[in-house]
Amino acid sequence: MNVSNSIGIVSTQHAQFNTLFSCKSGAVLPRYELAYETYGTLNSDKSNAVLVCHALSGHHHVAGYYKDDPKSIGWWDNMVGPGKPIDTQKFFVIGLNNLGGCHGSTGPISINPETGKPYGASFPLVTVEDWVITQSHLADKLGINQFAAVIGGSLGGMQALQWSRAYPERVRHVLAIASAPRLTAQNIAFNDVARNAILTDPNFYGGDYYEYGVVPTRGLRLARMLGHITYLSDDAMADKFGRELRSGKYSYSYDIDFEIESYLRYQGDKFASHFDANTYLLMTKALDYFDPAREYNDDLNKAFADARANFLVLSFTTDWRFAPELSRAIVKALLHNRLKVSYAEITSAHGHDSFLMKHTHYHDVLRAYFDNIASEFTA
Amino acid sequence: MSKLDQSTLAAIRPDFAAIAGWIPQGASVLDLGCGDGSLLRYLRGTSKVHGYGVEINHDNIVACIKNQVNVIQGDLESGLSGFESNAFDYVILSQTLQATRHTAPLMQEMLRVGREGLVSFPNFGYWRNRIDILQGNMPVSEVLPYQWYDTPNIHLCTLHDFETFCHDNGICIIDRRVMTGNNEIKLLPNLLGSTAVYRFKRAV
Repeated sequence: MNVSNSIGIVSTQHAQFNTLFSCKSGAVLPRYELAYETYGTLNSDKSNAVLVCHALSGHHHVAGYYKDDPKSIGWWDNMVGPGKPIDTQKFFVIGLNNLGGCHGSTGPISINPETGKPYGASFPLVTVEDWVITQSHLADKLGINQFAAVIGGSLGGMQALQWSRAYPERVRHVLAIASAPRLTAQNIAFNDVARNAILTDPNFYGGDYYEYGVVPTRGLRLARMLGHITYLSDDAMADKFGRELRSGKYSYSYDIDFEIESYLRYQGDKFASHFDANTYLLMTKALDYFDPAREYNDDLNKAFADARANFLVLSFTTDWRFAPELSRAIVKALLHNRLKVSYAEITSAHGHDSFLMKHTHYHDVLRAYFDNIASEFTA
Repeated sequence: MSKLDQSTLAAIRPDFAAIAGWIPQGASVLDLGCGDGSLLRYLRGTSKVHGYGVEINHDNIVACIKNQVNVIQGDLESGLSGFESNAFDYVILSQTLQATRHTAPLMQEMLRVGREGLVSFPNFGYWRNRIDILQGNMPVSEVLPYQWYDTPNIHLCTLHDFETFCHDNGICIIDRRVMTGNNEIKLLPNLLGSTAVYRFKRAV
């Protein structure tokens, strides 16, 4: 493992919120807890904080690794660390697990204090708007009145955008990467197939599988396999796997013939072994529901009328799940509101997953942008 | 070029000063093919403009960000569909017109998106260019630094050509500055001027 430029050993913290939380759906949680990690040091005037919002399968462990497991490298370790584009020598970076997650924050797998049993199916469908509110409560707890930046990719980008709307005075820069102002019908369709895989798994038990001591592994695995296909580009798959056969010849059976099958099954298994199916369901639903223009007659311009932040919007040329035209729609609405915005369309072969990868052009843009942000509070 | 000060920039690019002279304080500006963002940075200093650049080249995108200039990555040849009509006071095409393929549609797009358009371009009718041609060579100069085989300049024109083009396309020229180096040329501009800057709007 290469630990150069790593933030090094990190540990998870938990913040308790012992107040009622009313979700957008109308559901109420009696209290909740958020798992989070921080990297770097908060400066004296608390002006260097960066919030990293995670995507569908992400969590609070953004960078570094745990003491007892050197292989447990954070999901965005190539982006966050000393000397990296989000430089922890300059910024105080916060990663959290969103409400409804399955990595330590209150979610379907947590015990409902009112019943003494896991929430399961009764856990409310939380939204991007709900997440941003809970994130602001975490910021309050950490004494951060205003973020230097809120950044996220994909579903994380939606949260970053929502920050500019919900708390215009609390965020100076919003970075939305491989994101969208709302999902397309095709995108929702993919999510629904994934959900159906889980919902129809005989081990799902209407979401209360914890009580039966089983896990809807098959459904979750299928959901992830499908998702994984859509996060890669045709070219990237062709490049990586082509029609490569695992054993050099056809088996004339439904066992694994092609390397791509092997890869997808492996990814599906790996994911299903550590991710909660209910969390997967609610995360995809949060994606589907996000649509800030909806309450303004589908006028995205109006949705950003209150925003005050400066924006950086990025997309990737081969990302067909969150295509560049969706990012361009965001940019157009921001321009309409005369907000400061830059937009880069990164040439990358790796589809939607590009936002997680170490790519020179991509990192050049983010590094330059974050250097500017840093110059605002060090100057 | 990122660290050059205002006066140095103006000396290197005399068209910058001419453009700045036309742009009032606080105007909104879109600079097409903005390169590293030098012009917008210059205009921010001279006119406190609210500006954005459009640029296709990745390295220039990074350079713009380093210059703290808003930049939108995009290809001018596919139009300005990312921008609303009448969104800007001025749309600038500085030393880029001659390198565009869809020149006429782009000029129309400039006037859809902006109230006025500003273009600067090398005058192909400049006497030194004419002498090069008379001697049997394609002109190569400070203003036209490329060899015929590697030039991005595919639509070179003279002042007369440009003015005829505007007339034929319903574009009304408001003002013109012609320069050779830093000197403004008033006499025989199509012969004695190496660079032209035009300010124009839709003919009513």
